[in-house]
Amino acid sequence: MGMAAAESQFHVLAVDDNIIDRKLIEKLLKTSSYQVTTVDSGSKALEFLGLHEDDQSSSDSPSISTNKHHQELEVNLIITDYCMPGMTGYDLLKKIKESSSLRNIPVVIMSSENVPSRISRCLEEGAEEFFLKPVRPADLNRLKPHMMKAVSKDQKQEKHEEEEEEEIQSQKHQQQQQQHHQQQSSPRPSGNSKRKAMEENLSPDRTRPRYSDIAAVV
Amino acid sequence: MLESLFSTPKICQFKATSSFVTPHTPLSLNRQGTTGMEVGQMQRRLVEFTKSLFMEGFLDGQFLQLQQLQDESNPDFVVEVVSLFFQDSEKLLNDLTLALEQQNVDFKRVDAHVHQLKGSSSSIGAQRVKNACVVFRNFCEEQNLEGCMRCLQQVKQEFYLVKNKFETLFTLEQQLVAAGGSIPTMEITSF
Repeated sequence: MGMAAAESQFHVLAVDDNIIDRKLIEKLLKTSSYQVTTVDSGSKALEFLGLHEDDQSSSDSPSISTNKHHQELEVNLIITDYCMPGMTGYDLLKKIKESSSLRNIPVVIMSSENVPSRISRCLEEGAEEFFLKPVRPADLNRLKPHMMKAVSKDQKQEKHEEEEEEEIQSQKHQQQQQQHHQQQSSPRPSGNSKRKAMEENLSPDRTRPRYSDIAAVV
Repeated sequence: MLESLFSTPKICQFKATSSFVTPHTPLSLNRQGTTGMEVGQMQRRLVEFTKSLFMEGFLDGQFLQLQQLQDESNPDFVVEVVSLFFQDSEKLLNDLTLALEQQNVDFKRVDAHVHQLKGSSSSIGAQRVKNACVVFRNFCEEQNLEGCMRCLQQVKQEFYLVKNKFETLFTLEQQLVAAGGSIPTMEITSF
């Protein structure tokens, strides 16, 4: 399914209503060797994602022979501005997370305004990162882990589905035997990564740029 | 708090490195027929001018970031982005002028335009324009028409000033390159 994707570049969809910011993020992403598509609104983003929403849902089959076309369109990460007219970045994030075919795509939010409640709200809704604008090349280094995680998640999905089925069966068996003595709550691994992301984003190093840090090297 | 937005920046130390002018051949002619000394002078003029833009607060560190993004694959990147900024901003300024001339001023709409301009100017490092936008937004929030109109004048003034500065900068760079020189990169060593 995603096997040929190892050779091709990651594809990032960038959403921003500001033309200068679009040009900038495009350059930043290309400099980091990502394939880039830019759109100027949340609705255009959904349209772009929706174009191959059908393709993605039909690609559950292990055969890769027909995937060449929509593999080029496959989006590995969405980076979106927060403040946009009509559909905000937050609205877009929600829509993506509500979609069964799109919710596994990592989403990053950008904003020129440092509003802690805004940041927490986005992270709670499932955004992986929150970047303050203007975005720096160093910020982009934080993108790759999320894209890698999503790729390996897809590849392991089929394997794990089988293993989970087996586990559920054996757990049921165990519980039946132990009856009322143990009350267990199942762990939620996804919560940990969100907390970590929140801590990372509220850490002081991502505040206003300090000029002593800027150096241009010939 | 508003005063601090317009305070003059602290004295900053600059260092410019150049790879073209070599001390041992100051009078040899290069292909373009200009002497090493002339190119050196042009480089110095460019460096001094660029320094002044930072000293006077026209530009901030984000502009250096922009320059760093430029490479062989996209050698006109900075000029392209700044030109885009000129075009986009002029349109925004026109829209703002119209919006403030309306019978019933829609301050939310005005604020939306200023927000755009603030974003763009911030992204290219046009610090004084950005700061003027910050003040402007405060007046939008207060729905203070007179304040807004004063701010629009201020923003326009800052915009045309920085536009002029950029044009001079690009001309100096062009002339230097045409003379066979290379553009020194700027480094802010302390602020």
